[in-house]
Amino acid sequence: MELPADLRYTSEHEWVRLDGDEGTVGITDFAQEQLGDVVYVELPEAGTQLVQGDTFGTVESVKAVSDLFAPVSGEVLERNEALQDAPELVNTSPYGDGWLLKLRVEEPAQVDALLDAASYRSETESA
Amino acid sequence: MIERAIGEEDFGARLAFDRGAAGRRAVAVPQWQGRETPLPAAHLLRDSVRLPELSQGELVRYYTALAQRNFGVDTGSYPLGSCSMKYNPKVNDVVASLPGFANAHPAEPEAAQGTLRILLDLQRALGAITGLPHVSLAPAAGAQGELAGILMIRRALEQRGELGKRRRVLVPDSAHGTNPATAAMAGFTVTQIPTAADGAMDRAALAAELDGSVAAMMVTLPNTLGLWETGIEEAARDLHRVGAFVYGDGANLNAIVGRVRYGDLGIDIAHLNLHKTFSTPHGGGGPGAGPVCASTALAPYLPAPVVVEGSTGTLALHRPRESIGQLQQFHGSVGVLVRAYAYIRTLGLAGLRAVSENADLNANYLRVLLEPHYDLPHPRRVLHEVVFSGSRQRKAGVRAYDIVKRLIDYGLHPPTVYFPLIVDEALMIEPTETESREDIERYAAALVAIAEEAERDPEALEEAPQHTPVGRLDETRAARRPVLRWPGPETEPCGSKGTVER
Amino acid sequence: MKGRAGAAPTPYIPNTDADRAAMLARVGLASTEELFKELPADQRDPPIDLPPSLGELDLLEHLRVLARRNAAAQERPSFLGAGAYRRFVPAVTGSLAARSEFMTAYTPYQPEISQGTLQSAFEFQSVVCELTGLAVANTGLYDGASATAEACLLAARVTRRSAVALLEPIHPGTADVVRTYAYGAGLRVDMIGSAAQMTGEHAAVVVQQPDFLGTIRDIEPIAETAHAAGALCVTVVDPLTLGLLRAPGDAGADIVTGEGRDLAGPVAFGGPSLGLFAAREVYLRQMPGRIVGRTQEQHGARGGDESEASPRTGYVLTLQTREQFIRRERATSNFSTGQSLLALAFTITLQALGPQGLREQAALCYQKAHNAAARAAALPGFAVVERGPWFQEFLLRGPLPAAAVRAALAERGIEAGLDMSDRSEPEARAALLMCVTETTTEQEVDALVAALTAIGDVT
Repeated sequence: MELPADLRYTSEHEWVRLDGDEGTVGITDFAQEQLGDVVYVELPEAGTQLVQGDTFGTVESVKAVSDLFAPVSGEVLERNEALQDAPELVNTSPYGDGWLLKLRVEEPAQVDALLDAASYRSETESA
Repeated sequence: MIERAIGEEDFGARLAFDRGAAGRRAVAVPQWQGRETPLPAAHLLRDSVRLPELSQGELVRYYTALAQRNFGVDTGSYPLGSCSMKYNPKVNDVVASLPGFANAHPAEPEAAQGTLRILLDLQRALGAITGLPHVSLAPAAGAQGELAGILMIRRALEQRGELGKRRRVLVPDSAHGTNPATAAMAGFTVTQIPTAADGAMDRAALAAELDGSVAAMMVTLPNTLGLWETGIEEAARDLHRVGAFVYGDGANLNAIVGRVRYGDLGIDIAHLNLHKTFSTPHGGGGPGAGPVCASTALAPYLPAPVVVEGSTGTLALHRPRESIGQLQQFHGSVGVLVRAYAYIRTLGLAGLRAVSENADLNANYLRVLLEPHYDLPHPRRVLHEVVFSGSRQRKAGVRAYDIVKRLIDYGLHPPTVYFPLIVDEALMIEPTETESREDIERYAAALVAIAEEAERDPEALEEAPQHTPVGRLDETRAARRPVLRWPGPETEPCGSKGTVER
Repeated sequence: MKGRAGAAPTPYIPNTDADRAAMLARVGLASTEELFKELPADQRDPPIDLPPSLGELDLLEHLRVLARRNAAAQERPSFLGAGAYRRFVPAVTGSLAARSEFMTAYTPYQPEISQGTLQSAFEFQSVVCELTGLAVANTGLYDGASATAEACLLAARVTRRSAVALLEPIHPGTADVVRTYAYGAGLRVDMIGSAAQMTGEHAAVVVQQPDFLGTIRDIEPIAETAHAAGALCVTVVDPLTLGLLRAPGDAGADIVTGEGRDLAGPVAFGGPSLGLFAAREVYLRQMPGRIVGRTQEQHGARGGDESEASPRTGYVLTLQTREQFIRRERATSNFSTGQSLLALAFTITLQALGPQGLREQAALCYQKAHNAAARAAALPGFAVVERGPWFQEFLLRGPLPAAAVRAALAERGIEAGLDMSDRSEPEARAALLMCVTETTTEQEVDALVAALTAIGDVT
């Protein structure tokens, strides 16, 4: 299982990459593997305000639907439009081309408070 | 077994739309010979609809080839759990198509006394069978019957002035997905009740949920594990004590028909699936019929219409006083109802009791034949169906999915898989009473052979089925890039105008 | 059961006493009664009052007697429509749809042995899209009215609004079913007389084409008004009329629903029915019901190099995450068993007719209806109400109240149109809603004219 050290993680299997006040959000390698072949991703439009912990969309395989939970609060700047035609990017490149959203992060401190790679790894291993 | 037809290698690639030739026709429609009335203004009209152009023989061969690529109860054993895929008697199809029934117009019920007599007697029979004497035959299928039942409960609570505070419907985690979906459609929230180790509802968890916020509990009897809900009478009393209703999902009535009645157990309202217990053909996904049977307290809310007998013996359609309304434009799946009536008249009470007796015996016989070879998460006597787990085979890398695909190669229809959700790698098998002892033995022998194959050569199972018109299909591709209609995405998206292109 | 010892208890149950004894021994039970031991003892084996069982011969006779009690057994001339139309359905339709491989299958959960059901459902979706001028269709819902109710729920979900507007005149059964579903969903249902009465509260306007009084509508301005109000336009169609009339999707409708039963088989007292449901592509993932998609064999599904090179085409149920068995209380609908067999029959009829036959059948219906109306309107004391272009139903006013005309026609062995005296439209109140379809014969119209003439003479 790939877990880049420069990202922060949530127990709901999302990751955040912070660049200034811009955060990129995706789901982890572990999550995509559990879910199987991703066939559809439903994401909010730019301009939507997210509150940490709220559901903001879904990611679907053929026989399952998983909710997505906002890892931090902020305004949606961009959603990954490439996923509409190629949802499999979530499987093939969960930390790269398979990203979900870019956010204007309200409180960067919320990102710091998320799990680091090691803590996330131990959570998934104990699960 | 459906063997791959000789002939076209990729039959599915060519639809009726792709066959034939411009100018061919399968049926001649007469031309109007009288005075021509001008058509409406051009902006209200279209040119033509793109449809196939086939000769009658071509059309018949195409659909005959399609029929041959299908497996029905008439083809072989079809023990789909919770679906009661029993034999569908042919005489029932014959009587339903008698011209007097087939041509009766729904807007003139007074001229359809024969049909109304059947519907009234069917209402009475279902009322007697369920112990819930007030019946509406209006729902088109089980899920619509569920919706009717929960809306009736909603209306009753509203009249009591309690709808504002009773917002929750309790649903066991072993329930069909229609139960929570129905509760949501009727405006309630769903609270899930876990299943205890013995396969019945966790009574302590249920007790903890009981308060004045509960509108109803939905319960399937017997449950989807094929097990009796032990203590359901006390549970119903507890629900009533807090002012809530008990809804019975009658999908599994086949197990207990003639043996015990929902009404006697404290159920307030139940729906039945006539395409399950009462043998009407399922048609590859309908039509069904889902009558609702209610207690006297809920009778005023029944969906319209119900059939009533006037003092002069004339029958009429009636809208109950506080009815939730109609569920269809007309009066329900009447053609299905006539078949169910004919079935009940053929069997009588003794025949119906023989149904549950033999359905349950067959399921238990299958259970003991398979128990040494597959894990049985709830090792109890079952009623009409038995739920095994493929967990032992999973350890060898064989999924329940692989097991059932292999069954197809034995000429047998697979059971329900991956349901109920609470059983890992679930294989839910319901033989029904119309399978013979030899049929059960043959089915068991196939599953035993597959269990051995799973140990010996697990990879080989991933190749199954081998002898079908198509092999395993790519469902991921279907969902990722949906192609949902002719002519498909590579062709110009069509409006309604234009002619058939070849 | 009575009968010979050891006999199977019904013609449908194969197990004999000997079978049961052998199976019980294997299961470890002394008698089949023990199978029911967990059921509450004090409730077991209640008396159930059912009529005695009938053998097949007696059953046939019993039902023939009942069928003859229906006036329809006498093949009277009929001018009753109002949502159920006696249509020409080619013989191939009934013959093919009755194939037991179609008829006795369940929902196609195992696609490898259900390609017949699945591929024909894909044909159905394609036919419905072509008829309606919309991009996506499901495999059918219960009936036209419940499909319309589901369309209203869809509109409310996507607009997040909590009212719908039904444009009069609309079939009262459709309005009734919409109200039933709306009650559960907490939607308000407003009856409106003109699209101009729509407001920003409405999720959708529902417009029937042709309307309940038979008149052909211009959908385009209604759809424009709906869109200007931020609402969807739902159009309820009679599919045969689409052989002539503009596709609602081309006129701006967002969802088209309709009743397909009458092109699948006989009216059969109104059921089973077939709800058509098509929508613009943007609503695909909000649609209720089952959807079939085209795909191909998995890579290597056949084993061997040769077939891997060319996977075969096949059909599967798809986009199922919308459905109750996956999404449970968050599903788009609780829909499960639908109307597959009728959808199959509907498809065969449309494909047997083809583009030419469909147009001819629709035109034949139109011409016969207008001819009959002209003959009736020419009779002293009778008039056809002018409401603009119409298709197959017209309002006929006579010298007597509608109920009296209806009764007088019944006395002469004619099934008249619906008595419209309870309608709110003033022009409809004293009228009968008369229907003539392509199946109405010239002799039946002659009989009607003769009967109306006699009624006119008496008054």
